[in-house]
Amino acid sequence: MSSGTKDHAALSEIFNKDEARVDWHDETLWFVRAKRDKAAHNIPEWESLRETASLIKNNVLSNLHNYLIDFEEQAKKNGVTVHWAADAAEHNQIVHSILKKHQVDRLIKSKSMLTEECHLNEYLKEQGIDVIDTDLGERIVQLAKEPPSHIVLPCIHKKKEEIGELFHEHLGTPEGMSDPVFLTAAAREHLRETFLTRRAAITGVNFAVAETGEFVVCTNEGNADMGAHLADVHIACMGIEKIIPKRKNLGVFLRLLTRSATGQPITTYSSHFKKPRPGQEMHIVLVDNGRTTQLSRPDFRNSLKCIRCAACMNTCPVYRRSGGHSYHTAVAGPIGSILAPNLDMKEYADLPFASTLCGSCSNVCPVKINIHEQLYKWRQVIVKEGYADPKKKLAMKAMEFTLSNPFVYRNAGKAGRWFMKHAPFTVNNKLNLWYQHREMPEVPKESFGEWYKKNKKND
Amino acid sequence: MTSREQILAKILSSQPELQALPPDVLTAFPAADPIAAFATLLNTIGGTCIEVSNYEGIQKYILEHFAGQRIVSTLPELNTISEQGWENQDPHSYADVDLAVISAHFGVAENAALWITEDLMHQRAVPFICQQLAVVLSRKEIVQTMHDAYLKIGTADYGFGSFIAGPSKTADIEQSLVLGAHGPKGMTVFLLD
Repeated sequence: MSSGTKDHAALSEIFNKDEARVDWHDETLWFVRAKRDKAAHNIPEWESLRETASLIKNNVLSNLHNYLIDFEEQAKKNGVTVHWAADAAEHNQIVHSILKKHQVDRLIKSKSMLTEECHLNEYLKEQGIDVIDTDLGERIVQLAKEPPSHIVLPCIHKKKEEIGELFHEHLGTPEGMSDPVFLTAAAREHLRETFLTRRAAITGVNFAVAETGEFVVCTNEGNADMGAHLADVHIACMGIEKIIPKRKNLGVFLRLLTRSATGQPITTYSSHFKKPRPGQEMHIVLVDNGRTTQLSRPDFRNSLKCIRCAACMNTCPVYRRSGGHSYHTAVAGPIGSILAPNLDMKEYADLPFASTLCGSCSNVCPVKINIHEQLYKWRQVIVKEGYADPKKKLAMKAMEFTLSNPFVYRNAGKAGRWFMKHAPFTVNNKLNLWYQHREMPEVPKESFGEWYKKNKKND
Repeated sequence: MTSREQILAKILSSQPELQALPPDVLTAFPAADPIAAFATLLNTIGGTCIEVSNYEGIQKYILEHFAGQRIVSTLPELNTISEQGWENQDPHSYADVDLAVISAHFGVAENAALWITEDLMHQRAVPFICQQLAVVLSRKEIVQTMHDAYLKIGTADYGFGSFIAGPSKTADIEQSLVLGAHGPKGMTVFLLD
């Protein structure tokens, strides 16, 4: 997704223009976070489950090479065609070549953040292929010509009235109708027709089992299954990090995933695809697109443990008040902010700074990724590599100079106090970002240093 | 070098030292009454649990609630109330099935999910495309948690299998829960003695 030249702060400012909406967005996501807490507290062994999931994922990252080879071998035995894509472009070309072979120019797709990351829809559109997203939230943002703002709840930023308007325009529902039950029923009718007429379906992958070659897709709506079981061709697209070693490991991950995501004990459908049905063609596309680079960075590799539950977004005080689109990347929020700089450090240099480093993300992460520590580490890498905001760099340099030079430090303090007292406009102005949302503090008569010196003399 | 070779080579040079898998997880806190826990949870997620003592009870319930509708079933015990010869049609033709009645291998007490493999569906599309789904489950076949579920599945071979928990649902519009997104609008589980 391209946001032009706007960074997280500038995009947040746009979102923050409507204060009532920000409050509503904040509360809605906190409501989801609260549901997660309730579900987690119902499992007395929750913390040990998180630890186990984390250890399984550590094992996966340390043995990914062999697991991928095992998975490929098993999947092939199961009658599935396996493809490897080094980057987004190759992934898109592979998908296109499969569709071309079958002369398909219309297809349906269930939720896949990977295809968002690869901009598959835009690419296929250029090739004259029509893609319809079948997850309700994704369909809504697709009709609005927007990217998803959240990986689990794609249209969480939209009010039902806006969705009603979109449906009125595109699906012919009555004007002013915004009842969620009515709108969902309208989407069901519209998408059922689509399911019945498309010959190719793309799905994402939640987990792929090295031991058996099967892959698991989780949905509440049933859209992945409706698409895959009716289509002649099923293409499943997955990042290489989605591998887990054994089938029984699914017990751990399926217990954690949906409780962390929405507070449900499990999604309605956890479908295990192992072999194509008779007469059907099944493809798996294994995608790298920067993941091996992330694997080579010891400080950041464990971001690849992510199972895409979005708990870190729902709990993030910045995400809740800045909205998913302010992150200008397919995966928003704290986890997105440690994944994106790996893909393009310059484009996403702003994201690790879009955090208070409060650590709430790390506390809720079901696979125990140290998200806030990685955000902090990315800041250091980005500054060192020269991608930091020049204003921030200049300010840091000035601070370094001042703090490392006692004479300058004393006089800078004095000068600051003098200006704030006698010429407040020099600090209370638009150039001072601190002043934008706060009053400047009252000017003290003297610094602590001066006070201490005076009182020490009087000893 | 192909992309496959390139990716695998880069992984081999990047992956950290081997870290062992943790020990298997077993159910730590079993529910005192797993059948009751299953029924309560199914109700919470929008399903209905009906306790029956035999197939006559199931037939009676279906006739009471779904009379005159298109009913298909994989269970020979329900031959008299369901359509015959439906199994080998194009899956698209099931779009107007009002009720599909199938069976499950087992249910899971902690989340009310039912494990159903392809052989119990006849056609993969059936439990997803029907308007209402009913599943027959023996009371004896309820396990505690997902750990027990995978112990039970073991190394079973299947082409397709799914844990199904309740009716299809969405909360994509302002977090309002709506049952019947794309799949069944309702799910009835017949718990058989």
